Amino acid sequence: MNREEILAATATELSQKIRAGETTVKEAAEAVLYVIEEKEETLHCYVTIDKEKLMAGAEAVQKKIDAGELSGPLAGVPFALKDNICTKGMRTTCSSRILENFIPAYSAQAVENLEKAGAVIIGKTNMDEFAMGSTTETSAFGVTRNPRNLLHVPGGSSGGSAAAVAAGECFAALGSDTGGSIRQPASYCGVVGMKPTYGTVSRYGLVAYGSSLDQIGPITKDVRDCAAVLYAIASHDQKDSTSMKRDCRFMDALKKDVKGMKIGIPQDYFGDGLDPEVKKAVLDAAGMLKENGAVVETFDLSLVQYAIPAYYTIAAAEASSNLERFDGIKYGYRTKEFEGLHNMYKKTRSEGFGAEVKRRIMLGSFVLSSGYYDAYYLKALKVKTLIKKAFDEAFERYDLILGPVAPTTAPRLGESLADPLKMYLGDIYTIAVNLAGLPAISVPCGFDGKGLPIGLQLIGNCFEENKILRAAYTYEQAAGQKGR
Amino acid sequence: MVNRISEETIEYVGILAKLELSEEEKKQAGQDMGRMLDYIDKLGELDTEGVEPMSHVFSMENVFREDVVTNKDMRDDILKNAPGQKDGMFQVPRTVE
Repeated sequence: MNREEILAATATELSQKIRAGETTVKEAAEAVLYVIEEKEETLHCYVTIDKEKLMAGAEAVQKKIDAGELSGPLAGVPFALKDNICTKGMRTTCSSRILENFIPAYSAQAVENLEKAGAVIIGKTNMDEFAMGSTTETSAFGVTRNPRNLLHVPGGSSGGSAAAVAAGECFAALGSDTGGSIRQPASYCGVVGMKPTYGTVSRYGLVAYGSSLDQIGPITKDVRDCAAVLYAIASHDQKDSTSMKRDCRFMDALKKDVKGMKIGIPQDYFGDGLDPEVKKAVLDAAGMLKENGAVVETFDLSLVQYAIPAYYTIAAAEASSNLERFDGIKYGYRTKEFEGLHNMYKKTRSEGFGAEVKRRIMLGSFVLSSGYYDAYYLKALKVKTLIKKAFDEAFERYDLILGPVAPTTAPRLGESLADPLKMYLGDIYTIAVNLAGLPAISVPCGFDGKGLPIGLQLIGNCFEENKILRAAYTYEQAAGQKGR
Repeated sequence: MVNRISEETIEYVGILAKLELSEEEKKQAGQDMGRMLDYIDKLGELDTEGVEPMSHVFSMENVFREDVVTNKDMRDDILKNAPGQKDGMFQVPRTVE
């Protein structure tokens, strides 16, 4: 295979060719480094690239493949990892000054699982600082550009991972999704991204933002790759008390068949604020599933407008607690001059965190403070109960819920941060999924007039990834290259 | 803006959050928080009387395992990340006079 052929392959196609001896892990790694050399200066998908480790990994994995020790669908595939996923011996920054020089002593369980499947790691991708943001512009290390249009953001917070997959700077990537941070950048960059059911992928080694909402998931070139990556990273892990024992045969879902599948379209997802081009593309995709035998109808999913205020209360509260650990003692940045311990804490954190992180820590500290706890935090947890109930009722009638991922395509660079509340409102279609612990995917379903990709979101009930993957695969097959 | 956040509140929250904000940041933080709370107040429209708060989606039970060390000694690798270390320990500013 020549370089162009290697780069055109999906992750699972590449692995198959490597295992068949038509190319090598080294050639695949070199092809990716060639693209990085060409595009990275412009796009800035990565915070850290470790060429030596990549080439050493490629050699080691090739030996295992040759010896017949590695035969899985991802053996030999070069991967990128979001920079909030710990990698032993490789810098893990969360795109924050406060962790600029942090080198973990262990790898996340998802990374260990991926390496066991024969993946080789290229490096760590740029993100919104501590995953707080929707554009990757809150990174302390500069913005990432959308490979489809350099004047636009890649989305966020897993923007570097989505951009790297879209640009060919890796074959597949891991992201994390707390309120849409995998699905939204996947949608903006025209790639596939999936947030699994809460508890499917161990959070051990994922730097915590909103622990009750966070999940690691795949960002890939197509649905088959998505299923393969999810299969590789999912595991029951004793080191994560929220980890679940469950069926993980995701590859079995890859069948072009949605006959009789019941798909509900929430009317509330198609109201004011939804871009007409996005609306058309998503409804066309629904039409295509219908042509293939799905039963598609609209319904009222209540409480949609309450998901964002509930989410930002809960996520900020958990963030304020989780980020207490950054105190300038065990790891990360410490301020240069201080008077005593408490002054050191305060100055370290004030200098180390960016504006969006501080905003959420302040809000979280407020909603958890005595006198306000019941009115805000507890209220939000009760609303979460109601939102979960609304989904439970919907899934009594439907196999899947279908809608857009985001109200618009990718905004231009520099347009979003001036008005945080407006940026938060862009999370309206993704955020409730995290509150209810559900799995959901973003699949490319067309482009707007400016050539920016549009994403189709399919949401399933807990543990029903296979229904999502089957519908997404069916759509992808039916749409052909249309979605790309 | 319905929620007006006083300077005292911002000062107090800053202590809870262990953040030292400049005067300008404090002003901005007050405005940002007021706007967010106005928005969050929307939750008040919902009657949640008798609704149980949900912290986790699945019913969580404590997970127990034997208290056995499974990882190897990583002290040196861990201490390498510390801004200050001495004699195999984290070094902190003087806390007791």
